[in-house]
Amino acid sequence: MTGHDFVALLPLLILAATPIVVMLAVAVHRSHGVSASLTFAGLAISFGSLWIAAPQLPRQVTPLLMLDRYALFYIGLIVAASMVFVLLAYGYFEKREGDHDELYILMLVATLGSAVLVSSSHFVSLFLGLELLSVALYGMISYPRRQPLPLEAGIKYLVLAAVSAAFLLFGMALVYGALGTMQFGEIAAELAHSGFDRWLVLPGMALIVTGFGFKLAVAPFHLWTPDVYEGAPAPVTAYIATISKGAMFALLLRYFYQTRAHELAPLFIVFSVIAIASMLAGNILALLQNNVKRILAYSSIAHLGYLLVAFQSSGDLAPTAVAFYLVAYFVTTLGAFGVVGILSDSTRDADLIENYRGLFWRRPAIAAIFTAMLFSLAGIPITAGFIGKFYVVAAGASAAMWSLVIILVITSAIGLFYYLRIVVAIYGEATQVKAGPTLALPGTLALVFLSASLVFLGVFPQPLLALIRNLTRI
Amino acid sequence: MILPCLILIPLLAGALAWAAARWNASAARWIALIAVLADFILTLSLWISNSHAGFAVWFAQTDWAWIPELGIRFHLALDGLSLLLLMLTFFLGVLSVLASWNEITQAVGFFHLNLLWILAGIAGVFLAVNLFLFYFAWELMLVPMYFLIAIWGHEKRIYAAVKFFIFTQLSGLLMLIAILALFFLHHTATGVYTFEYQQLLGTAMSPTAEMWIMLGFFVAFAVKLPVVVLHTWLPDAHTEAPTAGSVILAGLLLKTGAYGMLRFVLPLFPRSAHAFAPVAMALGVAGILYGALLAFGQTDLKRLVAYTSVSHLGFVLLGIFVWNGLALQGALMTMICHGISTGALFILVGALQDRIHTREMDRMGGIWSTAPRLSGAALFFALASLGLPGLGDFVGEFLVLLGTYRQSVVLAVLATIGVLFATFYALRLVQRAFQGPNTHSWRIPDLVPREGLVMALMIVALLWLGLYPRPVLNVFQPAVARLEQLAPGR
Repeated sequence: MTGHDFVALLPLLILAATPIVVMLAVAVHRSHGVSASLTFAGLAISFGSLWIAAPQLPRQVTPLLMLDRYALFYIGLIVAASMVFVLLAYGYFEKREGDHDELYILMLVATLGSAVLVSSSHFVSLFLGLELLSVALYGMISYPRRQPLPLEAGIKYLVLAAVSAAFLLFGMALVYGALGTMQFGEIAAELAHSGFDRWLVLPGMALIVTGFGFKLAVAPFHLWTPDVYEGAPAPVTAYIATISKGAMFALLLRYFYQTRAHELAPLFIVFSVIAIASMLAGNILALLQNNVKRILAYSSIAHLGYLLVAFQSSGDLAPTAVAFYLVAYFVTTLGAFGVVGILSDSTRDADLIENYRGLFWRRPAIAAIFTAMLFSLAGIPITAGFIGKFYVVAAGASAAMWSLVIILVITSAIGLFYYLRIVVAIYGEATQVKAGPTLALPGTLALVFLSASLVFLGVFPQPLLALIRNLTRI
Repeated sequence: MILPCLILIPLLAGALAWAAARWNASAARWIALIAVLADFILTLSLWISNSHAGFAVWFAQTDWAWIPELGIRFHLALDGLSLLLLMLTFFLGVLSVLASWNEITQAVGFFHLNLLWILAGIAGVFLAVNLFLFYFAWELMLVPMYFLIAIWGHEKRIYAAVKFFIFTQLSGLLMLIAILALFFLHHTATGVYTFEYQQLLGTAMSPTAEMWIMLGFFVAFAVKLPVVVLHTWLPDAHTEAPTAGSVILAGLLLKTGAYGMLRFVLPLFPRSAHAFAPVAMALGVAGILYGALLAFGQTDLKRLVAYTSVSHLGFVLLGIFVWNGLALQGALMTMICHGISTGALFILVGALQDRIHTREMDRMGGIWSTAPRLSGAALFFALASLGLPGLGDFVGEFLVLLGTYRQSVVLAVLATIGVLFATFYALRLVQRAFQGPNTHSWRIPDLVPREGLVMALMIVALLWLGLYPRPVLNVFQPAVARLEQLAPGR
C-alpha cells in the first residue's frame, strides 16, 4: 500500500479511529454529552475528508476495496445519516436512565461496516463489512437492556442475521467453487464467457440473493422487520431502516451491475418476484397495523420493493433513480423515526397511532414535519419522495416493464390508506391534553434540517441529481 | 414574470397567513383576500393588455430550466383557454375567502394556507405546458384539498377526504405512467428527452400505443371531471367539505379535468380520441341524465347540488368530444358558468347551514318569509342551474346541444331530456326549502352585507355571461379554432 492508498482510505480510517477515541474518553470520564460530541466530530471530520480523498479516486486499495466515486457518494450519505442519528439519539437517550456512551461506539463500528460494504469489490470485504454492521447492530437494538421488547428484538435480529450470513457464505462458496474467484471484476469476466458451471453459479447466486434479501427485508425475507422495528429504540430503528438497508442496496447494485449476474434468466425472474411480493406484502400488511413503528416497517418493505423495480430496469436511469430514491428515503425515514423518537418519553416510545391523535393542535410544527415525512413516503409533490418515486417509475417505464410499474402504482395507492390513517389522527380531535415531553434541542435541529432538505430536494432536485449523475456511474 | 407570480403570490401569502394567524385570526383572512385579489387583478390586466392581439397562442410565457437532462422545465404559458380559467379561479378564490370569513373559526391560519395553496396548484395546472410540471401541480392540488375536507368538513369528513384522495391519487399515477410512456416513445422516435407540451404534440406512435396512453390521461381527467362510474367520490367530498372547499371543488377542481381533456387528450392523441369519442359522448349523456335523476332524489341540500354538478359536467364532456366549434364553445361556456352558479349555490347552502345547522330539506320550508334576500338569491341560481335563457348556463348548454345535434340527433334529444330534469330538481329545491309555510318557525338573520356582496358579484357575472357572452367567446375563439382543426375527418 502506498501513501495515496492511505489518502483514499482516509474517510474509512477516521471512521475506524473515532470509536477508539470515544472509548478512551469514556475510560477517562463518562459523559453522554462528551461522547456524543466526539462521535459527531469524528463523523464530521470523516465527512470532510471525502474532499481530501476525492482527487485520489478511483483507486483499488488491495483487492478488497474499490474506492471510486460510487463508493464516495454512498460513504458520504452514510456518514451524513450517522450524524443525524447522533443528534436524534442524544435527545432520545438523554431522557432515559443508564449509560449511553457505548451506543455511539457501536454505532461508529456499524457505520464503518456500512462504509466498507459500499466500497467492497470482493466477497471477503463484503462479508467483513456486513458482519461489522450486524454485530454492532445486535448491541444497538437491545441497548435498553432492562426492557423486554428491545431484548426480544435483539435476539430475533441476531438469529436471523446469523442465518442470513450463513446463506450468504454458502452462496459465495458455491460461486467461488464454480468460478475460482471472489473478486467482482473477475466474476464478471468469468460470467461473460459461457464456459462456467451453471448448476453451481445459479444456486450460489440465489443463496447470495437470499442473504441480501434478509438484510434488505424484502418479501419473503421480511418477517423479522416489524418486530425488530417495534422493539428497537426509535433512533436505532431509523438506523436499521436507512443506513443498514441503504448500504446493502448500494452493494447489491454494484455487485450485480458489475457482474451482470441479475440478467441471468432465472435471477431476473427471482428479482421480479421479490419486487412484486415486497410491494404487495409491505403495503397490504401495513393496513392491518395500529403501531406507527410497525406501519413504517411494512412501508419500508414496500419501498425496497419500489427500489428493486428501478434496479431491475438496468437502464441508464437506474443508478440515478436508485441513488436519488435512497437519499429521499434516508431523509424521510430518519425524519419519521426522528419524530417518533422526539415525542417518546423516558419509558416507552410514542409508537401507537393514538399517541398522535390531535398532535397538530398541541404541537403544530412537529405535526407539520411528520406530515411532510409521511407525504414524502407516499410520494406527494414538493417533497423529495415525489421526485424519487417519479424517477423510479421513469426507470421502470424506460425498460418497458409495464406490469411491475402498474403494480407499483396500484400498491402505492393502497399505501396511501395507512399514511393517511396517521395523518387523520394527527389532525383529529385531541384526546390527550398533556403536551408530552419537552423537545430535545439537537433532535429538533435534526428534524428542521431534515424537513428543509426534504422540501429543497422536492423543489430543486437538480443539484443533487447532477451530483449523482456525476458520481454514481458504475 | 407575471405568470410565476400568479402561483407564487398565493404560495407565499399562504405561509404568511399561517404565521400571522398566531397573533390575529383576522390578519390571516385579510392576507388571503388581498393575495387572491392581487392575482385576480394581475389576470385581469393580462386580459386587458392582450385583448387587441386576439389571444393567439401563448401570449405570455415563462420558461426556466428545472431538470434539463430529462427535458423537465418550469415552463408556464398562457392562451385564451388558460386565461379565462384563471379568471374563474381567482374570482371564485376571492369569493371563497369571503364566504368562509365567519364560518371558519378553528385553525384559521392553516385553513387559509390550504385554501391559497389549492389556488396555487390550480393556477399551476392551468398554466403548465411541461407535462412534468403539469403533473406536479396536478398532485399539489390534492393535499391541501384533502386537509380542507378532513379538518374543516362536516360529519363524515374523514371518509370523504380519504376517498377523494385515493381516487385522484390513483388516477393521477395512471396518468404519470401515460406521461412517461409518451416521453419514452417520443425519445424513441426523435432521440430527444423532453416533457415539453409543444414538442410532444404529434409524437409518432402506433395506434394501439396511442389508445392506451390516451386512456391513461382520460382516466385521470375523467375522475376529476367526473365521468359517471368514476364519480362516486364527488357527492361525498362536496357534501362533507366546508363551503370554500365545495366552491373550489365544484367550481375549479372539476374544471381541471375538463381542461386536461381540452389541453392534452384531444391535441396529443387526436386519432384515438376521435375513435374513443362515441364512448365518451355516451358517458357524457349518461352523466347528464344520471346526475339529474339523482339530484332529484336527494334530501340533503348540499348533496343535491353536488349531483347537479355531475349532470352539468356531463354537458362539458359531451361538448368536448362532439368536437366541433359550437359544442366546444358551449363546453367552455358551461365550465365557466357552472363554476359560478354552482359555487353560488354552495355558498348559499353553507350560509343556510350556518344559520339553521342542517342541510336536510325536510327540516326547511318557508325560509323565504324570514330570509328573503337569501331565498331570492337561491331562486336566481337555481334558475341559472336549470338553464334559464338570459343567464350564462343557458348559453353553454344551448351551444353544446346545437353542436351535438349536428353530430347525433339521438344524443341531442337525450341531453335535452336532461335539461328537462334540471327544471324538476331546481324547482323542487326552491319549493321545498324556501317556499311554502314556515312549519319549523325558523327565525334567521338574512344575508349580511358581506354575503350580499358575494351574491351580487356572482349574479352580475352570470347575467353578463348570459346576455353578452361575446367577449368571453372571443377569448376562447383561437383555442377552439385550433382544436377544431385537429378533429380528424374534417
